[in-house]
Amino acid sequence: MLHTVNKSPYSSDSLKTCAGYLRAGDALIFIEDGVYGAMKGGASDALVSGMGDTKIYALGPDLKARGIGGDKLIDGVEVVGFDGFVELVAASDKVQNWL
Amino acid sequence: MSETKKMMYVNRHAPYGTGYALEGLEVVLIGAAFEQDVSIAFIGDGLYQIMKGQDTADSDMKNFSPTYNALGDYEVTKLYVEQESMDERGLTVDDLMPLVYEDEDDDWAEKPSIIVMSRSDLAGVFAEQDVMFNF
Amino acid sequence: MKFSIMVNEGPYNHQASDTAYHFAKAVLDGGHEIFRVFFYHDGVNNGTRLTTPPQDDRNIVERWSAMAADHEVDLVICVAAAQRRGIADADESKRNGKDADNIAPGFRISGLGQLIEAGIQSDRLIEFGD
Repeated sequence: MLHTVNKSPYSSDSLKTCAGYLRAGDALIFIEDGVYGAMKGGASDALVSGMGDTKIYALGPDLKARGIGGDKLIDGVEVVGFDGFVELVAASDKVQNWL
Repeated sequence: MSETKKMMYVNRHAPYGTGYALEGLEVVLIGAAFEQDVSIAFIGDGLYQIMKGQDTADSDMKNFSPTYNALGDYEVTKLYVEQESMDERGLTVDDLMPLVYEDEDDDWAEKPSIIVMSRSDLAGVFAEQDVMFNF
Repeated sequence: MKFSIMVNEGPYNHQASDTAYHFAKAVLDGGHEIFRVFFYHDGVNNGTRLTTPPQDDRNIVERWSAMAADHEVDLVICVAAAQRRGIADADESKRNGKDADNIAPGFRISGLGQLIEAGIQSDRLIEFGD
């Protein structure tokens, strides 16, 4: 399953809720304001770093719009564009959108 | 339609404060006509949708909570409720509406539709689904 | 692969419609098919032709209309949600005794069954919202 999170972890519990639903083989992509959850040094760091072997992605245009450079990302977060986002959806069996 | 899909409707919004709960329920009811394998999950504030005793007499909002009673008749008989969300909110099953369905394979015996499950077990149910809808 | 996309919020107030649009474009550019884009909740407000955004900003409604025209993408607005929020085509307007209609080109109004059908017929369903 591919999980999407679109809200900042500091304004919504959707990332925390999502984290409780991750299983082996799942992937997570941060989109829209959710990309703030991919920034290192904040309280979400521990949550994201504790996601074990879940592959974690962040949508490039949303990071760029918000001034989040590659150097500010939590280690292991991979940046993808919309083409990559589509391929992630295609490669998973389904999507769970944590709005 | 040649196949039956497992469809899960995930409800995370409380009723009344936003329109997602009511409009989400409308999707479930319309969807029932398509004879798919449907489940509903109440997570987080979504639990409040099926809390007992809702009374909109003093506000002019539509009290749509009685509609949940009809889900059994629409063959929506699997209503998952997340244990951790109940604990966080100090709720037990006794605070929720006693939603039931009639099991045609068991002489129409009335059975509870609500299935309380831990988050990790519910994640396992999610994994079995074909399509997820979120309201 | 067949994708369906659900849009739950209106233009400009949430990023949902933008993300959905760019995702839809990438689906088409990637050689996949869009079965349907279904607009629900406040998402129906993406279907008004009376929008006049500033000249220096993207025109969300027209962008969807152009996608429908150029790629024959099926843009469906939920009738119940549209009635609540005042989005109507000529038939709906007449049926409900209104003195105007406002639906944008390329959108059609239909029932929630279209969303369920999208869930059944598509390989992937993705939802954008608040």
